[in-house]
Amino acid sequence: MTAFFQSLGMTYEWAWFTSTIAGILLIALPLMLAVAMIIYVDRKIWAAMALRKGPNVVGPFGLLQSFADGLKVFLQETIIPSAANKGLFLLAPIITFTVALLAWAVIPFNSGAVLADINVGLLYILAVSSLGVYGVVISGWASNSKYPFFSAMRAAAQMISYEVSIGFTLVCVVLWAGTFNMNGIVLAQQGHGLGFVNGFFFNPLLFPMWVVFLISALAETARAPFDLTEAESELVAGYQTEYSSMSFALFWLGEYANVLLMCTLNAVLFFGGWLPPVEWSLLYYVPGWLWLFIKIFFFFFVFSWIKATVPRFRYDQLMRLGWKIFLPLSLLFVVLISGWLMLTRYGV
Amino acid sequence: MRVSPLVDLSQYLPILIFLVIAAGLSAAFVFLPMGVAHLTGAHNPNAEKLSEYECGFPAFEDPRSQFDVRFYLLAMLFIIFDLEAAFLFPWAVSLDLTGWPGWITMMVFLFELAIGLAYAWKKGALEWE
Repeated sequence: MTAFFQSLGMTYEWAWFTSTIAGILLIALPLMLAVAMIIYVDRKIWAAMALRKGPNVVGPFGLLQSFADGLKVFLQETIIPSAANKGLFLLAPIITFTVALLAWAVIPFNSGAVLADINVGLLYILAVSSLGVYGVVISGWASNSKYPFFSAMRAAAQMISYEVSIGFTLVCVVLWAGTFNMNGIVLAQQGHGLGFVNGFFFNPLLFPMWVVFLISALAETARAPFDLTEAESELVAGYQTEYSSMSFALFWLGEYANVLLMCTLNAVLFFGGWLPPVEWSLLYYVPGWLWLFIKIFFFFFVFSWIKATVPRFRYDQLMRLGWKIFLPLSLLFVVLISGWLMLTRYGV
Repeated sequence: MRVSPLVDLSQYLPILIFLVIAAGLSAAFVFLPMGVAHLTGAHNPNAEKLSEYECGFPAFEDPRSQFDVRFYLLAMLFIIFDLEAAFLFPWAVSLDLTGWPGWITMMVFLFELAIGLAYAWKKGALEWE
């Protein structure tokens, strides 16, 4: 893109700057649009599984429902509780949403179509997504109210518990791919299964890690069945209880942006990212970003499906699953996978 | 221009610009509706509206009172195991360079941490009844 702006008569620096800004807007604005639409899709899928209609009034098939909701919260009054720490109270949604956007900087949408092609892309995503817990904790603390505080404690413990197992599953992927670079990880999956299936999920050693990653992703984003942070029957609305207007909506947007990010990571790390599902030259005529979007949408459907059908976990079950099952299991697989790679690839 | 820097920081410049734009966007989302509410007259606070949520009652106690010590324990365990993961990452991409000695060293390290996990488990740090 830099070359295009240079052809318009800009110097290299300005062309680079313009193309970077354009790239950022090309990620951030469609992402917000996608989040608005995916909330609608989520509600529709959920409704369909409960034999309801879902949103169907605003616009054709209710397609504009999210935008109507957005306009409504935009015109609402922002209530800051008198007991709250005002600065932190307003900072929390800003942190949540900023961090949710920021992780997308290293996601490869196609071969070479990535904003920042850094060589530690996966590490960057891990770092940025763990910052998300600050938004939740700060909102719970700054609200100075009982339910948000309990919810923030729960959310912090839940997020950090599952971050550990996510970290170990990512180590397994990195071991096999031999690189942190997101494009490198995608390319390492080319023809991985029997020479024609693109994706690490086909690998018998990595498949269990994909299952662990999928479930941990649900817990990390506090999606059902792990939505204990806003278990409405006991904690009202969790850490968002005291929020109103757009600061409330930012938590929603951030949450769904994180869910989309986790779906994308599933696609990029285990299902070949922008590569077609199998090695077949005809499939390469479909653009790579379309393959990625199809995979993301598929995983989002799975997430919605789980939300609609699986009952909520108890907190002790959640902690047991994270610390007593996933952590030892993923540790074991780090040993197994690295040992296997030493025997077959590096050590000989 | 330095000679072959270890980390090419210029790669991270787009992320820095992204950070500024994303933070600006989020701040606009928070502060713009406040301004709009002042203009439209929706901004109309009163003491009842600004009190904290407690199912219609006045708050019973200070919400920032004691909380369960297990959250604290968990946070400490998290630091240990997340740091462990941070050690594993550079090792994972350099298996071809370190070879068997590197692998065995890491296995010894992992074994020690597994003992730590088993100890925490046995002591009941992972129990949430």
